[in-house]
Amino acid sequence: MRPLLKILSVIACLTGIDAPVSAQLFESGRLLATTGVNQLEGAGGGGLVPWALITGYGTRDAIGGNVHGTYVWLPNFTLGSAGAAIGLYDRVELSYAHETFDTRTTGGKLGLGNGYAFNEDVVGLKLRVFGNVVYDQDSWMPQVAVGAQFKSTDNHAILHAIGAKSSKGVDMYLAATKLFLEESLLLDATVRLTKANQFGLLGFGGDRNGGYSFEFEGSAAYLISRQIAIGAEVRTKPDNLSFAKEGTAVDVFAAYFLTKNLSTTVAYVGLGDIARQKGQNGVYVSLQAGF
Amino acid sequence: MAHWIIAFPAIAFLLVAAPEAKATLYDDMGGKEGIDRLVDNSIKSFLADPRIGKTFDDTNMVRFRTMLTAQFCHIADGPCKYNGHSMAVAHRGLALRQVDFNALAEDLQSAMDVSGIPFRTQNRLLALLAPMQRDVVTK
Repeated sequence: MRPLLKILSVIACLTGIDAPVSAQLFESGRLLATTGVNQLEGAGGGGLVPWALITGYGTRDAIGGNVHGTYVWLPNFTLGSAGAAIGLYDRVELSYAHETFDTRTTGGKLGLGNGYAFNEDVVGLKLRVFGNVVYDQDSWMPQVAVGAQFKSTDNHAILHAIGAKSSKGVDMYLAATKLFLEESLLLDATVRLTKANQFGLLGFGGDRNGGYSFEFEGSAAYLISRQIAIGAEVRTKPDNLSFAKEGTAVDVFAAYFLTKNLSTTVAYVGLGDIARQKGQNGVYVSLQAGF
Repeated sequence: MAHWIIAFPAIAFLLVAAPEAKATLYDDMGGKEGIDRLVDNSIKSFLADPRIGKTFDDTNMVRFRTMLTAQFCHIADGPCKYNGHSMAVAHRGLALRQVDFNALAEDLQSAMDVSGIPFRTQNRLLALLAPMQRDVVTK
């Protein structure tokens, strides 16, 4: 811990951040569940949607972070995501996630070979612009953040063959998250500028549309208790590839915050058609550990 | 069809009338008795908290109890008037951080649990207290 603190104190001095460099730097000072969870691409948010919240339990004087493992069982595919995210002074969030999209026996039918997997790495950056989701209860002002997700996949030749323009892409988003504490209700609206096909797993841009599209994402969560939130999400996606239709993703979820160090989310997700396979709806399970 | 013609004005009336019939937060917190119990449990919980207990070392706890009771009653639309210092003045010089404010909120939450205040009612009180962070936290 000591060397780490020393390094951080040097960084703090260099960046001019007047933060107490001690054990206080890592104290989980925010309220339970007010951090959300890590979404599929690694950013703090819901399951599908990045929110304006900075990950981890660090206040504006502290650093928080967490790791996540998520698995989604679909009729023809499985989707896994593992990653880590760090929140700096409730202002900046850095995240990384590795996603694996396993085509199982459908890979054989698609001519890719059984068990063929698409992999994607996502590096995320988020900046809280203004607002505090908990404290701003006397106004309509949400917490607002901007973010970018730098995505790259490893399947260049196949992505090219299905019509994708690129195996790399950058998503940019603006997220507004509002907690209506009086109603025990949290709402998020996020707009994303993206070229990604199926979150980027099937590349970026396509033969139908090669450019960026504006997409809408939204989440609603109702707090049943301090530890449990239930809700639903929607995320529209581009439809860039002519070989396979792509639609809107939805989910209904329950998140259980056991402690500030451990939470789990279970959801039923509807991802619609993926790579010509209809009705890819299934169970989403995520485990998260952090501070 | 006839049922709907009757039902519509009835529903409209209920929607308009409902806010007036709504009990105040003060009532939902159990009135004077409920708030006295909550303040007792809160003070116990604040003082026992190693994170913030020391903040109250120089506090006149008799006055603090009176002021906290009046404040809760006042903001919950009860029949009281809070005449104490503003939050900024009351916390001046304490150099409180967000983590201290949140620690107190957590203690208040557990005090509300002990006092038997339902979760949704707890959140209504917390929603009124949360904006005070801006005046309380100075560091």
